[in-house]
Amino acid sequence: MPIAEKDVRWIEEPKLGLFDLLYVPAIVGGLATTLKHVFMPRVTQQFPEEKPTLPPNYRGVHRLNRDEQGRVKCVACYMCSTACPAHCIDIVAAPSPWPDREKYPETFVIDELRCIYCGMCEEACPVDAIELTSLYDLTGLSREQMMFDKEKLLSVFDQTANAGKDPIRTSAGRLSVASEPPKDQ
Amino acid sequence: MPSFDLVTTLITIVAVLLVVLHTVAYLILVERKVSAYMQDRIGPNRVGPFGIFQPLVDGVKMFIKEDIIPNHVDKVFYIIAPAIATATALIAFAIVPFGPTTPPPEPAPIRTDIPAADAQQQAQAAFDSSQKAYSERYQYVIAPGVDIGILFAFSISSLAVYGIILGGWSSNNKYSMLGSLRSSAQIISYEIPLGMSILGIVLFSGSLNLEKIIDWQANHGWNILWQPLAFFIFLTSVFAECNRLPFDLPEAEQELVGGYHTEYSAIKMGLFFLGEYSHMITTSFLLAILFFGGWHFPGLTDGSGWFAHVMKLLVIVGKATLFILFYIVVRWTLPRFRFDQLMSIAWKAMIPLSIANFVVVMCVREFDLPLVAITLASFALFAGVAWINTRRPGASGVKIDPNLKRALAAANP
Repeated sequence: MPIAEKDVRWIEEPKLGLFDLLYVPAIVGGLATTLKHVFMPRVTQQFPEEKPTLPPNYRGVHRLNRDEQGRVKCVACYMCSTACPAHCIDIVAAPSPWPDREKYPETFVIDELRCIYCGMCEEACPVDAIELTSLYDLTGLSREQMMFDKEKLLSVFDQTANAGKDPIRTSAGRLSVASEPPKDQ
Repeated sequence: MPSFDLVTTLITIVAVLLVVLHTVAYLILVERKVSAYMQDRIGPNRVGPFGIFQPLVDGVKMFIKEDIIPNHVDKVFYIIAPAIATATALIAFAIVPFGPTTPPPEPAPIRTDIPAADAQQQAQAAFDSSQKAYSERYQYVIAPGVDIGILFAFSISSLAVYGIILGGWSSNNKYSMLGSLRSSAQIISYEIPLGMSILGIVLFSGSLNLEKIIDWQANHGWNILWQPLAFFIFLTSVFAECNRLPFDLPEAEQELVGGYHTEYSAIKMGLFFLGEYSHMITTSFLLAILFFGGWHFPGLTDGSGWFAHVMKLLVIVGKATLFILFYIVVRWTLPRFRFDQLMSIAWKAMIPLSIANFVVVMCVREFDLPLVAITLASFALFAGVAWINTRRPGASGVKIDPNLKRALAAANP
């Protein structure tokens, strides 16, 4: 769309008077500003000693949620791995041993190094099984260590679910319609 | 010329060198701390309480880092350049008084009312005793009584640019070369107002000797009161001489990578820093001595004895410290000049101003006008330059070309 004449605001340089051209008042003003900041409160966080307060929707390490019986909530629908722009989720589905769903993930591996922490898996999940937690200090000694499998992701859930910072965000608290087996079979 | 105790001089040299070098190390910490405080940060605080051992580990780092000499450099000049930069900065400190001093005695007058032989003998005796008294008193300066004083400081500190030029040229690197060329142009331009601004002071104190200049100020009031314009010009030129912001074009990181020391590493780069910061210390002392009365402070430094010595020492060191802090604060406040701005400030504003100031000082000295006349004239001159600047074409801001408006309107109907 071309810029219309009414959208254009013409700004001309202000005329400098004698006071401005002395320059010294401007320099003193600048020094006053910087010196004022010397006495202002510091904004630095001393990281290892002081932990940052993260916003509630911070996107950190993933977790796989458990349902109320302690089983993995995931129904291996592949929605997350399809949505993933980094292709970092690898799921192998198997027939579910439980009656309330068709499939469950036999393996569920996320490459945390490949992940870009965009949260699209979380949005795509129909059963609120995959969530991003506020764990940010993710470290590992090798690339293999950074491949998080199902057990690891479930342990992240155990670690964070009741820690207070990352409540389970599932609204209904149970598997949603998409996970139910078709009625006519 | 009084004779001096070699041992005393050697002890003074070693003491001053140690103090200056350690001060430089801690200046880097102070610079980092002050800049952090000005940006609402904390600054280095991991090595020891409040980071006070940071300079030590920095020093160790400088020494044990790999010292790279690239293949494409001119080895001889590449190696001596940092040495020149450091040595000149340290040598310039030789004539700078860092505590109470007395001016060397004048020749004794020969009386004419008694026979010539007697008069000569008396004068000789008086001169000898005054020389003896002078040489017995400890002078807080490495080389006391140097009559070319300030001239020596200027000539040595302008040699420091050789360190920068050789460093940049021998590096065989375009960035280094540009940095050192800028540096030489800058220092040549700013030496002129630097020298011109202190001529007025020299006219009044009647000597280039720094001890005599302090002595004159102790009797007549500090030079800042009488020659504020000279102080302003001197301060600005000294910033340029030290390559400090807003005049740090030789090492403008955003444009020239590292400037003249791009190819340097480890202790050679450390020596460039050492030279730069020693230069800062020297010029801070010069500012305190030339314009703020050196060790003189009204009411505090009168009297003699042990206490007065300590007080005078503290006064001059305190004044120099304030200037060093001012250097640091200005560095983190003002942005860098563009190169053409740098040149036009020196040639179009500061050199004419310093000449006009010198003419005023000469008139006051010639016609014995009160010293306040120079103060008033300084302010008038400064305001006058600003007024001339308001009448310069282009000072009133860039106006928008009506043709441009029409062309844009036609392009976007």
